[in-house]
Amino acid sequence: MDFQPIALPIALPLLAVGLLLCLRRAGEPVRHAINILSCVAQAVVAVILYLRVSADGVQALRSGSWPAPFGITLVADLFSAVMVLVTAVIGLGSALYAAGYGTGKFRGYFAPLYQALLLGVNGSFLTGDLFNLYVWFEVMLMSSFVLVALPGGRPQFEAAVKYLTLNFIASAFFLVGLGVLYGMTGTLNMADLSVKIAALGDNGLILSSAVLFLVAFGIKAGVFPFYFWLPSSYHVTPTPVAALFAGLLTKVGVYACARVFTLVYGGQQEFLAPLLLAIGVLTMITGVFGAASQFFIPRILSFHIISQIGYMIIGIGFFTRAALAATVFYVVHHILVKANLFLIGGVIGRRTGSQELSMTGGLYKKAPWLAILFLIPAMSLGGIPPLSGFFAKFVLVREGLAIGQGWVIAAALAVGLLTLYSMVKIWNEAFWKDAPLGDRQPDRKVPFLMLAPCVALAACTITFGIFPGVFLDVADRAAAQLTDPTAYIEAVLPSSPPSPAEP
Amino acid sequence: MNDFRTSILPAAARLVVPVQCVFSIYLLLRGHNLPGGGFIGGLVLASALVLRAMVAPSRAPKFDLIVLSGIGLLVALASAAMPWLGGGTFFTGLWGGQIWLPTVGKIKLGTPLLFDIGVFLVVTGVAAKLLLVLMSQTDESDA
Repeated sequence: MDFQPIALPIALPLLAVGLLLCLRRAGEPVRHAINILSCVAQAVVAVILYLRVSADGVQALRSGSWPAPFGITLVADLFSAVMVLVTAVIGLGSALYAAGYGTGKFRGYFAPLYQALLLGVNGSFLTGDLFNLYVWFEVMLMSSFVLVALPGGRPQFEAAVKYLTLNFIASAFFLVGLGVLYGMTGTLNMADLSVKIAALGDNGLILSSAVLFLVAFGIKAGVFPFYFWLPSSYHVTPTPVAALFAGLLTKVGVYACARVFTLVYGGQQEFLAPLLLAIGVLTMITGVFGAASQFFIPRILSFHIISQIGYMIIGIGFFTRAALAATVFYVVHHILVKANLFLIGGVIGRRTGSQELSMTGGLYKKAPWLAILFLIPAMSLGGIPPLSGFFAKFVLVREGLAIGQGWVIAAALAVGLLTLYSMVKIWNEAFWKDAPLGDRQPDRKVPFLMLAPCVALAACTITFGIFPGVFLDVADRAAAQLTDPTAYIEAVLPSSPPSPAEP
Repeated sequence: MNDFRTSILPAAARLVVPVQCVFSIYLLLRGHNLPGGGFIGGLVLASALVLRAMVAPSRAPKFDLIVLSGIGLLVALASAAMPWLGGGTFFTGLWGGQIWLPTVGKIKLGTPLLFDIGVFLVVTGVAAKLLLVLMSQTDESDA
């Protein structure tokens, strides 16, 4: 019996959703236990999948045994496998954190929605079919919308409506793009599209479908000028949800950009590159300025997601192997660091009673270990060596200079400095200054389950910094598969002739 | 719950609800190759449950509709996993004989039918739950 590790990252969360719905009258500890167990199982499967892809090359699974362009193919190349692995890590971390944080406001639906969200994210990373990608986007959208809205309250509803409306617009753009593409080529299998679009050559409709996808994925990823849903929705969600959103949801948009614009639109890169670079630079700058003007920890962090997404988009916009490797490395680094910052923000909020910077303070005296724990991901985000963020930025900057995109790199470095400013602002306000309420400042206990994931994720960040070569090598191999999709196409369409002349 | 107590609605419901229930099964069974299937069948059954609850709130489903949809998800997943357990690929159709039913005709038994039954349960549970919660104007605290 073949173990089929590609299907399991989708089957496991689905199993958990079914079980959790059946057991919804069971106590909260039972639900959290199932949630955590499912995440552990996903992590194990993700490791197996990664090892197999790493050893044997691109894996493809024809679901239902239907041959490739007709059935839905699940494909895992190195980039997909790495993303599934990071998803499992963040999923496990946030699930543990949620068990300590308490999810009473979700009235028993936290765990099933959480697993449904992981289902959508894993599906997006593993599908080899564009329409199927749309379906996974909808799975993610529905579960994340309910996660935003369910705790109730006016700000939550306001955020949920904004979030849902803008993401529905993204879905509409995505669907129109799919329609155009299907009308042109008669297929939505990505490997098949890659071959057929290359045969079609330059064509206005192909380019317009590429731009429609750029808008759709751009809204998902939170790039300029479509980012405004992000800072107006993330900060009202409970911390474990916000961490999962911050880590994963926008990165699915980045992943979709990297996948579709390298694989499907491989021949249209001259048209796409300047667009992506301009969007990337504007995203970085607006995001970081937005963050500088905020004083509520989750809002500062939300704006920083946007500015960091800019770096990843730039890496895609360069379209070289080294730049794509930088993007892969950056995505992984950012998922770990950003989710951790949200989690630590939640710990700060739990201890001092608020995440509003004017209400916090004095934490350095009371909890120096928490200060250090915050400093690790914060400095990594700012790009201070020897942490993971430095190597992510370093590879991108080196490649940008090598291919003569100095102005992009100048913007990237300036934004890095401003990122550091925001992190130091949180540091000063939450840790360094005296507690604003003096002795009356609340100092509550933080459960162990909330701290353990923060420590583990910080350890990941440090590991990335100590052994950057190992991880950069993986990113480079993933980027090699992105720049040369032959192996991907070969895995999906084994018998495809080298250059078929399709009508 | 709105007050629907006229004499027309209960009289009609007495006739319509059984027909809806049978028709939903009919749609479910013929759905593999003909118009119908688990989704449509589920919607029809959900509307039957809601109609019953409209006529008399005491007749609202006594079982937990969310649990029903959870069972449906597990049934659908089982239909996808069965070929895998047998050594094949996920979602590969496994067929095991066929039966003949009046009006529906020939039905091939196999995992695709099981999948449709799973969809049927999910849609019935979710659609009926949605409509019943929206109908009961008070906030259902355990919803």
